[in-house]
Amino acid sequence: MGTSLELGFNFWITLLFIALMMGVLQGTCAYLILAERKISAWAQDRLGPNRVGPWGLLQPIADGIKFLLKEDIIPDHVDKLFYLLAPCIAVSTALLAFAVVPFGPTTPPPVLLDYRQVPPQAVWPQTVEEEKAVLEADREHAKRTNDKTYEEKLKEYNDTIQFVIAPHVNIGIVFNFAVGSLAVYGVLLGGWSSNDKYSMLGGLRSSAQLISYEIPMGLSVLGVLAVTGSLNLETIIDYQVKHGWNVFYQPLAALLFITSVFAECNRLPFDLPEAEQELVGGYHTEYSAMKFALFFLGEYTHMITTSFLIAILFFGGWHFPGTNALSGVGGILVKLIVIAAKMVLFIIFFMLIRWTLPRFRFDQLMGLTWKVLLPLALVNIVCVIIIKQFHLSEWLLLPLSLGTLFLVAGLALYMPRQRPRAPIRLAAHVASGPPAVLQDHEIID
Amino acid sequence: MPIADSDVKWVTAPKIGLMEQLYLPAIFEGLQTTVRHTAKTLFGDGAVTQQYPEVEPKLPPNYRGVHRLNRDEQGRVKCVACYMCSTACPAHCIDIVAAPSPWPDREKYPETFVIDELRCIYCGMCEQACPVDAIELTTLYDLTGLSREELMFDKEKLLSVFDETVKAGTDPIRTRAGRLSVASELPVDVGLTNSSSAQS
Ligand code: SF4
Ligand code: SF4
Repeated sequence: MGTSLELGFNFWITLLFIALMMGVLQGTCAYLILAERKISAWAQDRLGPNRVGPWGLLQPIADGIKFLLKEDIIPDHVDKLFYLLAPCIAVSTALLAFAVVPFGPTTPPPVLLDYRQVPPQAVWPQTVEEEKAVLEADREHAKRTNDKTYEEKLKEYNDTIQFVIAPHVNIGIVFNFAVGSLAVYGVLLGGWSSNDKYSMLGGLRSSAQLISYEIPMGLSVLGVLAVTGSLNLETIIDYQVKHGWNVFYQPLAALLFITSVFAECNRLPFDLPEAEQELVGGYHTEYSAMKFALFFLGEYTHMITTSFLIAILFFGGWHFPGTNALSGVGGILVKLIVIAAKMVLFIIFFMLIRWTLPRFRFDQLMGLTWKVLLPLALVNIVCVIIIKQFHLSEWLLLPLSLGTLFLVAGLALYMPRQRPRAPIRLAAHVASGPPAVLQDHEIID
Repeated sequence: MPIADSDVKWVTAPKIGLMEQLYLPAIFEGLQTTVRHTAKTLFGDGAVTQQYPEVEPKLPPNYRGVHRLNRDEQGRVKCVACYMCSTACPAHCIDIVAAPSPWPDREKYPETFVIDELRCIYCGMCEQACPVDAIELTTLYDLTGLSREELMFDKEKLLSVFDETVKAGTDPIRTRAGRLSVASELPVDVGLTNSSSAQS
């Protein structure tokens, strides 16, 4: 690459952000666990942990110390390499995925346009010569229109503090999905290398579940990307600042995304990989002490990342009506608080849902993604494509979105249902025989 | 064997409407319940949790806790050393040594009376077996000790439990403390002879 276009990120600021975010993330995870326990308790009319510190606020620290000091047992029957690797993968992928997620105010990175073409198109020069030519054309254009050149814009962008660990990653959301979904390897390896049936079942369930739910998740985001025209999360926020939050255009996509996120994070009602009542502990049955804590850390980091993603993709990121004009340190603070508040709201929503919905059966889980979410996501994309192709108003998407939802629900009413099996089997034993309603069903004795 | 028609009640599943098929209204309804409970516990006093060491639980008076040996109206131990309780005890944790009674109204009295509170399963059989309501289970539940010997409760300890519970007003409801009961109230002129108790 040529020297002029190098992504001149500020090494020290990036390092500071990494250190800061590692600490903040782990602290947040620890306190999220406390929040989870508290909310669980409140939802069940209990008080929750309240012994360590005022209102139990020091509980996470006590838990952390406990995890660190506990005896670290590695059972004899495990595959040591993968057994040790699994929690590392779980945590590192979760942390890596967070790298491209903005957690505060950002500005969209400048786009390099090739003014030699008409109309000018965004380019990413592959050779030094090409880059020189493109930049030359850009400078000429800037001179003609009295605009800033790309290099000036880039410098400006690099000089403002971007609240994202890795700014200017043009494949942002794809990177996030790609790395984030590697977490399934942590779960799968953990389950498999533990060499016991419960862990294995947990790992198997999770691989099927995570891979299935990735599809509606990706498809529901595609609609947003098509409207925004960028994979970069900073640009997606910027689009929503200018045009309004995506959730108003594509409520269906938001719904699908949130549902898939529940499954991706192994949250109830989709927590089959770690269903305590069935699998002892699921894939982490054989893990103890810090390795167990690492799985937890990965899981909660995943939750934070996805909550940020929901906020960024559909709820305007750091944008809130009225805060846009604010600048300076105050503005930055307000925007930080806005995006953090959105994230926390979604996490609380996650936790409340946990105590609202019972766990799905495995076939229901698979049915939901393949028979409901996937078709809905496809319809949603087709709607977006039609709107974009014919340059219709994006507001048309709102009725289209909701219409699809109601239509599908209505259609589902007339779908043939699975026959009730147990009552029919029993009916064969009733003295006067099964009633007329069951007569046309096949009776299994 | 076929199931009798009278034992069978046929029900049909309610029809699912558009709203149910959407799932979302049902989820919101469920969320309302969750939020209501959360808010009630958080802002009201809806929590059922008892803050144990600070707040002592209110136990029902028929709770089966530590034993006591009752005193009669003259402050003497009520027990007549009949061994009924130790015979009934499934854990064999009552150890009685009987001696001739120093008082005229009964034949025997316990010289020593030891209950191993660690072996006891708090079943209450002793209490049911006792003909003179001398042994009772109280609502004391927080029994702790530093050694096994400490929890071998002897006669004095068991009588002191009686004094304590009487003072605290936490008498068990099952039996009447105070006088010896019917079984021990024999006509004075008949005397305490074997033949008279065999006749009755
Ligand atoms: S409560 Fe039951 S186990 Fe305990 S001393 Fe009485 S009879 Fe024996
Ligand atoms: S049953 Fe009652 S009277 Fe008989 S030995 Fe036991 S406590 Fe004493």
